[in-house]
Amino acid sequence: MSMPFYVSPEQLMKDRADFARKGIARGRSVVAVQYADGVLFVSENPSQALHKVSEIYDRIAFAAVGRYNEFENLRIAGVRLADMRGYAYDRRDVTGRGLANAYAQTLGTIFSSGGEKPYEVEIFVAEIGELAADDQIYRLTYDGQVADEHGYAVMGGAADVVAAYLKERYAEGASLEDALRLAVAALGHTANERGESSDRVIPDEDLEVAVLDRTRTQPRKFRRIRAARLSELLGDRGPGEHAADEAPEEPEEPGPAATSPEADQPSDPTDQVSGGMPPLESPVTGEPPIAPPIAPPNAPPPPRPDEPSGTAPAEPGPEEPDRPPIDPNDPLG
Amino acid sequence: MIPAGSGSRLPDAFLAPGTSSFTDFLTAQSPELLPSSRSLPQGNAGDLAPHGTTIVAATYPGGVVMAGDRRATMGNIIAQRDIEKVFPADEFSCVGIAGTAGLAVEMVRLFQTELEHYEKIEGTTLSMDGKANRLAALIRSNLGMAMQGLAVVPLFAGYDLTGDQGRIFSYDVTGGRYEETAFHSVGSGSLFARGALKKLYRDDLSAEECVTALVQALYDAADDDSATGGPDVTRRIFPVVQVITADGGRRLPDEEVASTADRVIAARMNRPDGPAAALT
Repeated sequence: MSMPFYVSPEQLMKDRADFARKGIARGRSVVAVQYADGVLFVSENPSQALHKVSEIYDRIAFAAVGRYNEFENLRIAGVRLADMRGYAYDRRDVTGRGLANAYAQTLGTIFSSGGEKPYEVEIFVAEIGELAADDQIYRLTYDGQVADEHGYAVMGGAADVVAAYLKERYAEGASLEDALRLAVAALGHTANERGESSDRVIPDEDLEVAVLDRTRTQPRKFRRIRAARLSELLGDRGPGEHAADEAPEEPEEPGPAATSPEADQPSDPTDQVSGGMPPLESPVTGEPPIAPPIAPPNAPPPPRPDEPSGTAPAEPGPEEPDRPPIDPNDPLG
Repeated sequence: MIPAGSGSRLPDAFLAPGTSSFTDFLTAQSPELLPSSRSLPQGNAGDLAPHGTTIVAATYPGGVVMAGDRRATMGNIIAQRDIEKVFPADEFSCVGIAGTAGLAVEMVRLFQTELEHYEKIEGTTLSMDGKANRLAALIRSNLGMAMQGLAVVPLFAGYDLTGDQGRIFSYDVTGGRYEETAFHSVGSGSLFARGALKKLYRDDLSAEECVTALVQALYDAADDDSATGGPDVTRRIFPVVQVITADGGRRLPDEEVASTADRVIAARMNRPDGPAAALT
């Protein structure tokens, strides 16, 4: 028989947000960069069939990170919405803003409704206009927030490191070649906890690249840049290094949202695979975790299995937020 | 009908996995948008709306060409002089329509959306036969209206990238789909156009020659069928010509079609019946 426990709304929302953020940070980054003729998307994605960047409509593209089955659902919904609106009205009446609003409402409702698991996704909706000044990139987060991005935008993986790299080097009105080189270099840029940075060359075949190109003569401006053209644009960059074996990438396992049994940390209700993940700070704001109420001594935290990443064992501080907010064994609960 | 742009989350049907067909999705979600879901009162509605007339198509080594005249008629009235009846369906195919113009244009829009929708959702294009079958299904769903006089008869042509050749499909009002070899025509002037093509067509035509043969055929159709429009030299209105090759389809610019039509007209000044074929 289940007992109703009181959980404060703040804690409930925070837990859901932590859960979603963690899933999103696990994958690899997607970069969107505005260049002279439109918007460029680059992501590290070894799969040739399961895309992170796709076409929605004539001038609108979609990019996502996180759980494949969830963002694929959103992508298909977007294509249906756009095609239906374009068929019922006119092709010009399908706008990126309308689509971003529909996504925001959907993600927001799912996030705040108690009955559904929040989507572990972050999305870009980009739309190009007649001029570079009319181009738009919308960023939608798991909780339905919409932000209007300018110049460049990064989501997923170590987004802050990649964004910092782009911030230093981004220039407006770049050619496709320059923008592509910059984006690929940014994705290969990593920093460790001590702030030391390293750059690796991502092999051409591991890159998924697509553009919204306003110079295309067809009404549909979305175009994928395939391997041959990509090597031509990137030129010789030295020997490639495949990504180190990080946590497995979502697109490779588009199965149902099942929890993977191995290496599950029982003290963390949101954890599925405990990789070398930093604890639950916001990857965007770096906001520190709020400590939950300390459990009384008669309910010791459950034993933690050895972590594969070899985190220092005696480190109760950052592990605190991993614990359930209310211990079911707690007689005071 | 359409979920509003703001204020509401996407309905569950949008997020449900399942069909990659736009028509199937509309059938479930907004059937009132489909042409096939309308019911007509009893009686013949055939005289109510303009009718499109003649479409011709022919293959040549390396591609396929489709051309349509520009006239729409309502009984003895010319309803429109510059209607367009040949449309790109996707990058490698086009569709021309004869019959009730309003329904036909709507059906073409649905067909275009259907192909594009499938391509975006599945990440790959339908096969040439798949496209032809989807169009057959759309025509079949219009059978009720066809029996009340609002028939739509398309001609479908495209470049088959797997077989490396241009292909042409014709249809009847019940959705019957027939693959044609070399050339075909539909619409009120189709008999005359087909007769002309029989005498003009060779299987080693170049793209330009193929376009000329089709313009000649449309001229012959207009010559003998009052509902088919000939080249309008005073208003400079010429047929719509769509050329599809392995590189994709394009509509020939009006100037190119105009110069071809001008040459055809100049030759007909000397011989009004057009070029003479060899007797044996």
